[in-house]
Amino acid sequence: MKEIILIKLGEIVLKGLNRKSFEDTLLRNLRYRLSKIGEFTVRCSQSTITVTPAYEDTDMDEAVECVSRVFGIATFSRACVAEKDMESIKETAVQYLEDVFDRVSTFKVEAKRSDKKFPYKSPEICNELGGWLLEKFPEMTVDVHNPDITVTVEIRDYAAYIHTGVMKGAGGIPVGTGGKACVLISGGIDSPVASYMMAKRGLELTAVHFASPPYTSQRAEEKVEELLRRVSRYSGKIKMITVPFTKIQEKIRECCREEYFTIIMRRFMMEISEKIARQNGCQALITGESLGQVASQTLSAMVCTDSACNMPVFRPLIGMDKDEIVLLSRKIDTFDISIQPYEDCCTVFTPKHPRTKPVSQNVISEQNRIEDAEQLVKEAVENVKITII
Amino acid sequence: MREIYLDNSATTKTCAKAAEKALEIMTEKYGNPSSLHSKGLEAQHELEKVRKLCADMLSAEKEEIYFTSGGTEGNNTAVFGAASAMKRRGNKIVTSSIEHSSILEAMKQLEKEGFEVVYLSPKANGKIDIEDLKNTIDRHTILVSIMAVNNEIGSVNPVEKIKNIIEKNHSPALFHIDAVQMFGKMPIKAKKLGADMITASSHKIHGPKGAGLLYIKKGTRVIPLHYGGEQEKKIRPGTECLPALCGMGAAIEELPDMSEEWEIISSLNKYCRSQLMQIENICINSSEDCLPYILNFSVKGIRSETMLHFLADKGIYVSSGSACAKGKKSHVLTAMGFDNVVADSALRVSFSRYNSYEDVDELVNALTKANNTLARIK
Repeated sequence: MKEIILIKLGEIVLKGLNRKSFEDTLLRNLRYRLSKIGEFTVRCSQSTITVTPAYEDTDMDEAVECVSRVFGIATFSRACVAEKDMESIKETAVQYLEDVFDRVSTFKVEAKRSDKKFPYKSPEICNELGGWLLEKFPEMTVDVHNPDITVTVEIRDYAAYIHTGVMKGAGGIPVGTGGKACVLISGGIDSPVASYMMAKRGLELTAVHFASPPYTSQRAEEKVEELLRRVSRYSGKIKMITVPFTKIQEKIRECCREEYFTIIMRRFMMEISEKIARQNGCQALITGESLGQVASQTLSAMVCTDSACNMPVFRPLIGMDKDEIVLLSRKIDTFDISIQPYEDCCTVFTPKHPRTKPVSQNVISEQNRIEDAEQLVKEAVENVKITII
Repeated sequence: MREIYLDNSATTKTCAKAAEKALEIMTEKYGNPSSLHSKGLEAQHELEKVRKLCADMLSAEKEEIYFTSGGTEGNNTAVFGAASAMKRRGNKIVTSSIEHSSILEAMKQLEKEGFEVVYLSPKANGKIDIEDLKNTIDRHTILVSIMAVNNEIGSVNPVEKIKNIIEKNHSPALFHIDAVQMFGKMPIKAKKLGADMITASSHKIHGPKGAGLLYIKKGTRVIPLHYGGEQEKKIRPGTECLPALCGMGAAIEELPDMSEEWEIISSLNKYCRSQLMQIENICINSSEDCLPYILNFSVKGIRSETMLHFLADKGIYVSSGSACAKGKKSHVLTAMGFDNVVADSALRVSFSRYNSYEDVDELVNALTKANNTLARIK
């Protein structure tokens, strides 16, 4: 029995003349992601993508999971393939449904006939197949209003497909169609979620992580790698750039007043990230900030940090509550990793009473007490470590 | 005297790679995986590598693997842990009468604590009947624990059907599979099986003793039996037994291709069956569709223990049933309905990749000799 995955496109179908390029990117993404599982043919026709495994023993469970995480897909179903004649459809359906029918007691049949040359009309297909299934599975009954399961038969160009339900896809638009952006990732709960959300809108991700050994440990770095690996199940490949940040943090501590530590540190982070972003062809920065969550995420603080860079800064979590963010982080499976208790760059040297309403001018003049700032930034950017996730 | 080890379901010889790995961990990478320093990190890396290997064996996620000290601890954690997590939702537990003692004894204890335990009897072929499961699992059932492969006769239970029955009967039950005898011998796909928990052990697959794993499906609540540190997400606190666990990892890496080994062991099993049939008074208790690694038979009239010692004198090691039962009459054969003559004289040979046709020949020679010389019970 041959199984395939039928994919219905999401928002892409609303696009105009450039729709083809969105479709092509989606196909390319699907092919790349599926290549890690096995050999597949991925084809698009009639606004539907079919994913066909080259060999019958391919792990379709894994393929389905993989597809469910690719952006640009509204819904999909796992179906089996039958020849386009009634006998073959009946026979295949019995084989395919044996296991599913073990779990339920009522069903109904629905038919979609996009190939109008098929000699049976949709209601006739339902009757024929429904009757046949009843005969073969005498313990089952038909319930057209509230069935435990709906068996769908789709008659399309090349074959007939039988499936038992439509699953929700990851939504969004294909990664890569929106350009590239650079996400600042510490290891907490928020930044992986922010990465996920922007990838969902089609951005390809580069990640910047600030490491301050020995104040932060190798475990903290590995934690970020693991987080990005989880995000990459949705976003595809991520380039992770680790910036040595110890010197700058020590310098801030040495030269600046305590209540400005965090805000000045964040300004440095923005400045360095912008430089790295430009080197890597990124046009925007992404952060996991949520308004008012902590002292450095107040509106005044954001005004100060934004003035350190000249790039749009995307903050997809800006209007979200913490519990909403946690919910998403559980959904994308990053929560359990995020809560591992390792020091990260943001928790090193945190002031007891940080400024919640800093004034840009004051912050800048405080920051200017660091004389060799430019040199420090240059050094940091030059000594980054690159890891491909 | 050449040693012929045919008791691989009791335990196996630790393979060289596993022993080397254990030594390396003990003498070089001896850090505590929970230590913050890099020595600890190195040990943690080793541990996580093993976790990934185990997860791949079950087509599961790394986070779903919890290391244990072996099959008994895995089974106990699963049974007690699930029973106490689920006790508000019902009182009934379904298992079989031919489970390993680490399940049966745990069940007995749960009965004392007030749970209703239903022990399903196997059919004559040693398998649990699907119809029995359908009629027993109900809305009050909170746990179903069935072994994948029976350790004494090798019968393979239809565990892949059980999750469907639980769903169809609207039961909240968690589903546990004791897969100790199946792990490494047949492919196990946790998700496809619909299992909430799966137990496996290292020393049945040429890994060291004292290591094993419990798969717990993400989101399944299990109350731990021990309390202490944060290891294994508090399900199994205490410093991990790194040498044994990493040995298990090495043993997994050393496993030959499963389907190829299956073919080899199957033909060895077939050969053994045909040779045994030449001996008088013999009957074979494992049906043809049993796991080929296990072959149970009886030389009628000669007590298991007598025969076992006779063979051991010749350097041939077999078992009279389960090593964990220490010579008690087999509850498995009794439950399958074999008469006393058969049960009292039952022997189990269990193969591994290190066995050969010559081993079988020597066994058959020795059995023939014993059959002709040993005094029979009346």
